[in-house]
Amino acid sequence: MFRTVAELVDIAEKENILISEVMIRQEMDVKEQTREEVYAEMERNLDVMEKAIDDSLKGVTSVTGLTGGDAVLIQEYMKNESPLSGHLMMDVVSKAMGTNEVNAAMGMVCATPTAGSAGCVPGTLFAVKNKLHPSREQMVRYLFTAGAFGFVVANNSFISGAAGGCQAEVGSASAMASAAIVEMAGGTPQQSSEAFAMTLKNMLGLVCDPVAGLVEVPCVKRNAGGSSLAIVSADMSLAGVTSRIPCDEVIGAMYRIGKTMPSSLRETGEGGLADTPTGRKLKEKIFGPTTSSGEWVSPNLNG
Amino acid sequence: MKFNSVFDIIGPVMIGPSSSHTAGAARISKAARDLLGEEPKFAKIHLYESFAKTYKGHGSDFALAGGLLGFETDDLRMRQALEIAKQQDLEIEFVEDTAATEHPNTIRIIAESADKKVELVGISIGGGKIEIIELNGFQLRLSGNHPAILVMHNDRFGAIASISNILAKHEINIGHMEVNRKDLGQEAMMVIETDQNIQDNVMQELENADHINHVSTIVS
Repeated sequence: MFRTVAELVDIAEKENILISEVMIRQEMDVKEQTREEVYAEMERNLDVMEKAIDDSLKGVTSVTGLTGGDAVLIQEYMKNESPLSGHLMMDVVSKAMGTNEVNAAMGMVCATPTAGSAGCVPGTLFAVKNKLHPSREQMVRYLFTAGAFGFVVANNSFISGAAGGCQAEVGSASAMASAAIVEMAGGTPQQSSEAFAMTLKNMLGLVCDPVAGLVEVPCVKRNAGGSSLAIVSADMSLAGVTSRIPCDEVIGAMYRIGKTMPSSLRETGEGGLADTPTGRKLKEKIFGPTTSSGEWVSPNLNG
Repeated sequence: MKFNSVFDIIGPVMIGPSSSHTAGAARISKAARDLLGEEPKFAKIHLYESFAKTYKGHGSDFALAGGLLGFETDDLRMRQALEIAKQQDLEIEFVEDTAATEHPNTIRIIAESADKKVELVGISIGGGKIEIIELNGFQLRLSGNHPAILVMHNDRFGAIASISNILAKHEINIGHMEVNRKDLGQEAMMVIETDQNIQDNVMQELENADHINHVSTIVS
């Protein structure tokens, strides 16, 4: 079992196989399953991701009304205007946000690595595919590549906001996406690790500060920001740009930063954006003046 | 390593909005149900730290109810689990516990059926993955990744041998095993993680073995 990104890349280079192949073979070994079984399970995840994006583009709104509809807004903008940041970038942003709008609305998603960061990997994949025209198998491989990098992060650092802040959640998810984009675009395993490092470096210290403790504000737009960074880092890596700090050391830095973060900035909804006047007002509107320990208070946002 | 499968990272497929607080919560309470071995009638659930702060917004309340009803993380009935629990007169009490815990996402569940009771402490370690860290007062480390059984037995020589012989006979490999007791010669507990699922006939055989009081599935 590989424990670090360096080991992962080393195996891929020595055996001249893709990072997704390293992950598939390890999974077959650990689970004592056939390639078909392992592949089928991942393909199911791909189908769930695809459906969540399709649902979001029909328009979905969360129970509290805090999020929803933005994925559609951006698709309209892409149709009627020519986006400054380009069609592909806005498609990434729209689909990343859409996935998390479905998540916020308590729909069906695939945690990648978490629900709060579920938009980055599918959001990038289902936009990049319109440019790279991958086969279905390459799209499933994209998830194995992203999973391999997430596997190293989870075993050496944090992947949840409660444990390590948003840098651990959306930061990891965006970096995983960036590495997978590079492989799909034909980059080397080392270039995938450079893209991962450059994405995560730009998200170190990001706090988890959900308004009213919900997975909505700022979570949906954090997925948009992280996904756009994933595409930029992928292009940088494919252009030959490298990270001075090795990938595993960036993951180590994320871990140490997460350990120093106060609990108010780790998903308790007590710090950061959650602690702004509007953030507090929204919490009060949704959950009532005091956090009654009674039943789920039906949200009355317009009341 | 805590995470040993790519599907701990890409997955689970789940009802949103939070993998730690919705999917993880459902898996912890489902472990309590599996342990009880029958329909729970009452459950008292202590929520700590970030669980206590966000459980309504993250749907942990309906997810915990869903797990007690036996729902998997992708069960479409999840969001109605609180209402379904009421219909099946399963009474659930949520306690926002202010005690500090070692891990941010900690839950203690006391689940009772007509004649049995179980208490477990579970932590949600991210991405929907959970660990059961305490069972009926015994400390333990369970990955939740492999099938696992709980064996309640009398603290006598030969008790462990009787269990391992039956498992070996059925070619079931033990990956991880813990034996705990509170005091000499009294009730003791074995927690065994196996590589293969354990069929009902084997479970029955285990329960009838010498010194064994009760055998139940924790993770299937």
